[in-house]
Amino acid sequence: MSVLVYTENWDGKFKKLSYELVSYASAVANMMNNTVTALSIGKVGDDELKKLGGYGAQKILNVDIDLLTALDNQAYTSVIAEIARKENAQVIIISNNNTGKALAPRLSVRLKAGVGSGVSKLPLSTNPFTVYKRAYSGNAFAHMVIKSDIKILTLAQNSFELTETPNNSTVEKAAISVDASLVKTKVKDVKKQTGKILLTDADIVVSGGRGMKSPDNWGPLVELADALGGATACSRPVSDEGWRPHEEHTGQTGKIIAPNLYLAVGISGATQHLAGISSSKYIVAINSDKDAPIFEAAQYGIVGDAMKILPQLITAVKELKK
Amino acid sequence: MKILVCISNVPDTTTKIKIAEGNASIDTAGIQWVINPWDELSLTRALELKDDQLTGVKSVTVAHVGPASSEPTIRKALAIGADDAIRVNADSPDAYFVAAQLAEVIRKEQFDMVMCGIESSDFNGSNVGGMISEFLSLPSVSAVSAINFEGGNPVLTRDIDGGKEIVAISAPFVAIVQKGIAKEPRIAAMRGIMLARTKPVKVLEPIDIEPLTQIVSIEKPSSRPGCKFIDAANPAQLIELLKNEAKVI
Repeated sequence: MSVLVYTENWDGKFKKLSYELVSYASAVANMMNNTVTALSIGKVGDDELKKLGGYGAQKILNVDIDLLTALDNQAYTSVIAEIARKENAQVIIISNNNTGKALAPRLSVRLKAGVGSGVSKLPLSTNPFTVYKRAYSGNAFAHMVIKSDIKILTLAQNSFELTETPNNSTVEKAAISVDASLVKTKVKDVKKQTGKILLTDADIVVSGGRGMKSPDNWGPLVELADALGGATACSRPVSDEGWRPHEEHTGQTGKIIAPNLYLAVGISGATQHLAGISSSKYIVAINSDKDAPIFEAAQYGIVGDAMKILPQLITAVKELKK
Repeated sequence: MKILVCISNVPDTTTKIKIAEGNASIDTAGIQWVINPWDELSLTRALELKDDQLTGVKSVTVAHVGPASSEPTIRKALAIGADDAIRVNADSPDAYFVAAQLAEVIRKEQFDMVMCGIESSDFNGSNVGGMISEFLSLPSVSAVSAINFEGGNPVLTRDIDGGKEIVAISAPFVAIVQKGIAKEPRIAAMRGIMLARTKPVKVLEPIDIEPLTQIVSIEKPSSRPGCKFIDAANPAQLIELLKNEAKVI
């Protein structure tokens, strides 16, 4: 029996997300007395693959097939399902990001395996197999029992600590073939965002709302994010107005993030916005309205004019980083 | 081209969620039910595509799994502009059950493009669209933020970590859509509301499917400790607290 973890790489390198998934898989495997097999699809060097062993993977499988250069949901599902059968996987762990959301439900039907989506903690028990998951966009949490023999868990990003272990792993090329007729989608073009920290990856996020008053006022907010080594985000009205790109919209219908520090500037904190950020470790609010609901969600707050406060914060951060 | 838009109904997103006695479900008293926000955007885009004659979209049908009490949600979708509707007369115990029912509807009625919202705002599972695709062995594209037609062929934009991909696909297929797919949800006009009353709603009985998961209890998130206020005259103190107390910078 094994716990199979599907890792993701970008241009042959693993990101934090993959180490987080393997750490989580290793903890789940401990609860069930299973071993951890990590699967990586794509061109990844052996040294890079071996790194997964440092977080608890015993067996690392690499599938490197040209047909799988771009994500095709059906073809990837076939590969993961076949490996899951060969590895006798009892639990399959995938990220709750866009790729995971594309693959987990297909695997669920293929393997008749119930899905616990967006889990942020270890299972509460393994018999019955009970997971703790977000519901109502963070306004409630549910205990959900997965009744099928095989279980699929999708892990919320930034929700599990990286756990290093002694590396006793083996790296193998998986003997697997893919029929070209399975690939029914074709990626015609890729537009990569470059040079910026990804919002969903960022440990620190500085976010602006309508209280910023004008798109022209974003300068100091971006500067503070840069000084902190963080990413920028915004609330829905701001992206709807076109002040900032849609990619920055955090909230119920936008991106759901869980950084260590979320600094909300001029954001009142509507339920829909909180739904996207409530899993952040620390929320800091700067708002001129002392009754803004964001202060109920925040651990630290400043009531005042953001345009006066931001420059002082930038100076203080720069002083600190000297 | 025939489009099917799958819709679920959820508590209005501004609802303060209360847990019902027994901690197994939420208290539905006084809850306003709405079309799941992603499904509403999905319906809006489907109707925009139908309005554009170059796409060849002939009809937009909505499908919903729910008891008779969810009929107002279906009528709302018809008022917004869907041509007809199918309701599978069942509660929705889990995503697997719902997806199996919707897959059966699609098997019977045949659609060229099936659209699903990427998640519903109640259990946030992001499962139904992908499950339908697999039940029917149809290609699927997830996290779709744009659907266009080029020379009659669908071209989808999907969001990936750190960018976007433009994906070509042939019908029939499933598009699992997210924010950006339509700018703002279309609102029902008075004429639409009148017309909706007479539009056909087909009611089907569910097929027999065993759910794979079960919600056993629901609880409120633990409340955060209160907010510590820092004097606006001395913002630098915030940085000091984040460094030494919270230890996050």
